[in-house]
Amino acid sequence: MSWKIWSLKKSPWVFHVNTGACNNCDIEIVNLLTPKFDVERFGIKLVGSPRHADALLVTGVVTRQAAPRLQEVYRQTAKPCVVFAIGACACDKGIFTTGYHVVGPVDKIIREVDPNAIIAYVPGCPPKPEAIISGVVKALSVL
Amino acid sequence: MTQALQNLFWIFIFPGFVFTVCLGLVASWIVRKVSALVQWRVGPPFLQPFYDVMKLLGKEVLIPEEAQQTVFKAAPVVGLAGVLLLSTMLWRITIDPTRLFVGDIIVAIYLMVLPSLALILGSSASASPHAALGTSREMKLVMGYELSLVLAFIVVIIKSGGQLSLAAIAQQTPALSISGMLAFLVALLCVQAKLGFVPFDIAEAETEVASGVLMEYSGALLAVWKLVQAMMLVALPLFLVMVFLGGFTGALWAGIAKYVLVLVLLILIKNTNPRVRIDQAMKFFWFYCGVVLVAAVILAIIGNSYGIKWL
Repeated sequence: MSWKIWSLKKSPWVFHVNTGACNNCDIEIVNLLTPKFDVERFGIKLVGSPRHADALLVTGVVTRQAAPRLQEVYRQTAKPCVVFAIGACACDKGIFTTGYHVVGPVDKIIREVDPNAIIAYVPGCPPKPEAIISGVVKALSVL
Repeated sequence: MTQALQNLFWIFIFPGFVFTVCLGLVASWIVRKVSALVQWRVGPPFLQPFYDVMKLLGKEVLIPEEAQQTVFKAAPVVGLAGVLLLSTMLWRITIDPTRLFVGDIIVAIYLMVLPSLALILGSSASASPHAALGTSREMKLVMGYELSLVLAFIVVIIKSGGQLSLAAIAQQTPALSISGMLAFLVALLCVQAKLGFVPFDIAEAETEVASGVLMEYSGALLAVWKLVQAMMLVALPLFLVMVFLGGFTGALWAGIAKYVLVLVLLILIKNTNPRVRIDQAMKFFWFYCGVVLVAAVILAIIGNSYGIKWL
């Protein structure tokens, strides 16, 4: 394992992208930073710009308006990076499958830009904070 | 030749780059850990700042297409050079105050403003609207606190009888008098703004302007900025200790205790205040701190001309 990947695992900084979520998954993500879960123990930090990020936490089904923005944010993220599809909607459209405003799940939109993107799925409506932490750990261990 | 080699050793190894960077990263761990404890969290492991910098060095460096490339890339290096010179100078005076002239308080004031100027240059070269907002805020903030900071140092210069040499100023303890204490408190708040700590982190407010001035920096360039911030965390409290609290003239542990005291004060101010708006920050520094400092200057002049030590 190279020192780049090793240090990336030690300090994954995350950027939160909402592509049309109902806010439930966002609340669970903010939950991770609270004293009860405190992900800063593992070096995980919420950053304000995708250029600083090592992981994108994408919540919500991707709407027609949000799709090009999501692709732009992915292009702006410094590689190597991981994309997390958080929640049932982000993983597979959830209850919005037949919605007219929906262009696809997160992985499809990201793969249009980068076919080799590393995408992790955390299902749930909304997923528990424990599930998100477990997803982050699993995704980092395959890097 | 050996003299040149020795100077290089001072600047790059001890007490310059390597030493200050290590100390600064430890100090930034203390900041994060104490903040976590204040918020009833566990906080990051001891080596976390080292991991962060290491990771950033290994990441891809993205440069915006419309950015002014040379300035954008050179700015972090200029900032690093400024803070490196400042910390080397301060440590040299601390270790061996009797040696030949290494710099006075005016050089230190100039060097302290260099990282902020480099940050303004770099972020305005990035052609990003969010960074432009952050830049304008940083400029206003610099104009706000510089006046108060210089006035605070004028109080110290008056108290020391017109001395400009840092080695001579570090022999005295102006904070033991009324005017010196007022100047120290204001200078502490100015340093808070210089470090970009919370009540004055307006320029890189993550929730408002998405990291503002640092927004477009990534990878190794961001790592250099993180190192600059870490080194500032050593140099600025050390400067306060030297100017106001008598420096390391006594025992070594007393000097370290003074440094930790200043650092903890900064962290506690950081954790107990909400972010202010830029107009509130400027009003605070110009009107409230300005009035306090004018009073301190008058007190210091009176105390000096009548020989009253405690004024």
